[in-house]
Amino acid sequence: MTAPGHHLLRGVRPLGGDPTDLLLRDGLIVEAGRGLAAAGARVIDGDGLVALPGLVDLHTHLREPGREDAETVETGTRAAALGGFTAVHAMANTEPVADTAGVVEQVWRLGREAGWTDVRPVGAVTVGLRGERLAELGTMADGAAAVRVFSDDGRCVGDPVLMRRALEYVKAFDGVIAQHPQDPRLTDGAQMHEGDVSAVLGLAGWPAVAEESIIARDVLLAEHVRSRLHLCHVSTAGSVEIIRWAKGRGIAVTAEVTPHHLLLTDEEVRSYDPVFKVNPPLRTADDVRALREALADGTIDVVATDHAPHAGEDKDCEWADAAEGMTGLETALSVVQATMLDTGLLDWAGIACRLSAAPARIGRVTGQGRPLAVGEPANVVLIDPAARRRVDPSAMATTGRNTPYRGRELPGAVVATFYRGHPTVCDGALATRREES
Amino acid sequence: MRHLLSAADLDRAGAVEVLDVAARMAATQQREIKKLPTLRGRTVVNLFFEDSTRTRISFEAAAKRLSADVINFTARGSSVSKGESLKDTALTLEAMGADAVVVRHSASGAPHRLATAGWIRGAVINAGDGTHEHPTQALLDAFTLRRHLVGEDASGADLAGQTVAIVGDVLHSRVARSNVLLLHTLGARVVLVAPPTLLPVGVGRWPCATSYDLDGVLAGDVAGPLDAVMMLRVQGERMNAAYFPSRREYSRRYGLDARRLRLLPPHAIVMHPGPMNRGLEISAEAADSPRSTIVEQVSNGVAVRMAVLFLLLSAASGPASGPATEIAKEIVP
Repeated sequence: MTAPGHHLLRGVRPLGGDPTDLLLRDGLIVEAGRGLAAAGARVIDGDGLVALPGLVDLHTHLREPGREDAETVETGTRAAALGGFTAVHAMANTEPVADTAGVVEQVWRLGREAGWTDVRPVGAVTVGLRGERLAELGTMADGAAAVRVFSDDGRCVGDPVLMRRALEYVKAFDGVIAQHPQDPRLTDGAQMHEGDVSAVLGLAGWPAVAEESIIARDVLLAEHVRSRLHLCHVSTAGSVEIIRWAKGRGIAVTAEVTPHHLLLTDEEVRSYDPVFKVNPPLRTADDVRALREALADGTIDVVATDHAPHAGEDKDCEWADAAEGMTGLETALSVVQATMLDTGLLDWAGIACRLSAAPARIGRVTGQGRPLAVGEPANVVLIDPAARRRVDPSAMATTGRNTPYRGRELPGAVVATFYRGHPTVCDGALATRREES
Repeated sequence: MRHLLSAADLDRAGAVEVLDVAARMAATQQREIKKLPTLRGRTVVNLFFEDSTRTRISFEAAAKRLSADVINFTARGSSVSKGESLKDTALTLEAMGADAVVVRHSASGAPHRLATAGWIRGAVINAGDGTHEHPTQALLDAFTLRRHLVGEDASGADLAGQTVAIVGDVLHSRVARSNVLLLHTLGARVVLVAPPTLLPVGVGRWPCATSYDLDGVLAGDVAGPLDAVMMLRVQGERMNAAYFPSRREYSRRYGLDARRLRLLPPHAIVMHPGPMNRGLEISAEAADSPRSTIVEQVSNGVAVRMAVLFLLLSAASGPASGPATEIAKEIVP
């Protein structure tokens, strides 16, 4: 007879260390150590599996409300659970935009009803993402969704005065502005990274300086007003240099990189396959190298998926007409394993930091990104690092079929995900949603 | 070769073969009866998402003189502007049984998508895509160059030792991209001349030289004596995006006028892919001078496109007995 909600993870390796047992009960880790008694708990054979704290994504597009044909909170968080996530931040560029307490609380409520992960709505910085006047940031922060991350992601807060005010204003409730660094004038009509490949393909160039100039401006603004700044999807070697300089000065800046910018380059665009069209664009091999090094040395704090599902017709077309974005939740951990662990740049503890502890800290998410220790919330993901799998978009939980890794073999597989003690993923497959108790 | 999407699809032998077949095709066009039975029963679709009367009628004439059935499909706009999507258009053409699709599109890479997305089985010929490539234009330019610089009977020859300057808006020019690739493949030296704003970032990796100094290039100071100068069409509206200050200044610095014409060696020819902006990138004296091949380029276009259609469609289903040139000799004795 096993008691519901009690799980004994037998012989797992926390952060890749020595095997141990973890006993999960009532949403918490209640015991840790070798040879724990099952005591009525369901026993999970964790031999060979790495245990990490549940992953936290700072940058997810769940598309609801407005584009339920591309993704819903339900399908997106199922995909998140399969990818080992126990919390996701839902970006604000929905229809309507998440620029009021009403919309963010709708998303927050949908997340609770879905029961696959925590859903932390991101509030828009400006009304309608139009970059003209501030949205009611304080009201979103004070409401049930307790928003702490604000972003116009998809668009840059281009006006320097508005950016300065936003950075200052959110200090009152410990918020953070997550900037999408892209100078709009320098990227008017831009289609891909501007360089050798764009010159050959005749696609309008997206220069690295369009990202770097905004990052340079914004770290100086953050220093001037002593505010926290987070930089979304950093993609160039030059951006890394500026962030490294800013951190050296003690500026409170954090940065994320996407899995795809750690692996793919603009060479993929030679296929003209819009599955590789993304914002910011895929850059060069030198940029990829710099991003990996920056993630390893802590210049970049976080891996965030920028999971961006799109309806088929928005990708099944000419490059110029295609939507920007790729799915990422169900492949993120494997790509990080391939690019950071298997290359020796990070160990599992480092990956846990970049994919769980750091994003939870930046987003001020309580109960997530915690150590795997007695008394902590039982948000745990079990990974088989020896597994190999071939990516099949049609087998994914996300509604989006726009994975850039179709047909590619990736290392590692999520075997189980425990969300507040409840197994949302078992044996590598979706289990059941967590019901509110 | 199953498709012609880029000039890079052709190696030296393949490019020379197209030029040789085109020469035979051109010879047939001197006859009283210009029509050949070669592609009888085959269907060629001209799929034009962008207005281009001259390219469309050139392909249409080429296909008709090979006795193919020609369907002209002019689609306004693309999926963004509420027209039918490229995919649905392609599926429609596939259902009609198109053996070859000649596509002109404002989006770079659209022919590549048509050829590789699995929507259609027929051969795809790029008739100009966005700011990417226009390989048949490069082939007709190479054909014209070979005729004038190597000789009428140049069968089997390439353009080794020739120096060609391409002048103007390289950044937005599909003609320039295809010509750089093809002329390099054929052994010619290419020098691009443009204001720095109209050369793409990354041009340094192209197999050519670049210069900002038109007078120096024409005088042979930069790349040696020229054998040809090719002027590119420049849209006057580019000045609105600060690519150059004014039409007048562009013309003064990069236009081919009577004075500059005299800097060229006597044998060098003047080319333009058309349509011309007389008074902007080329003056009337240059365009109408005896060394101008601009009108001849148009007639050579038909012969080259006949060769491309023939080679693609005969390679796709022709007898396995021999290379396409052998078949060409049988049909075009």
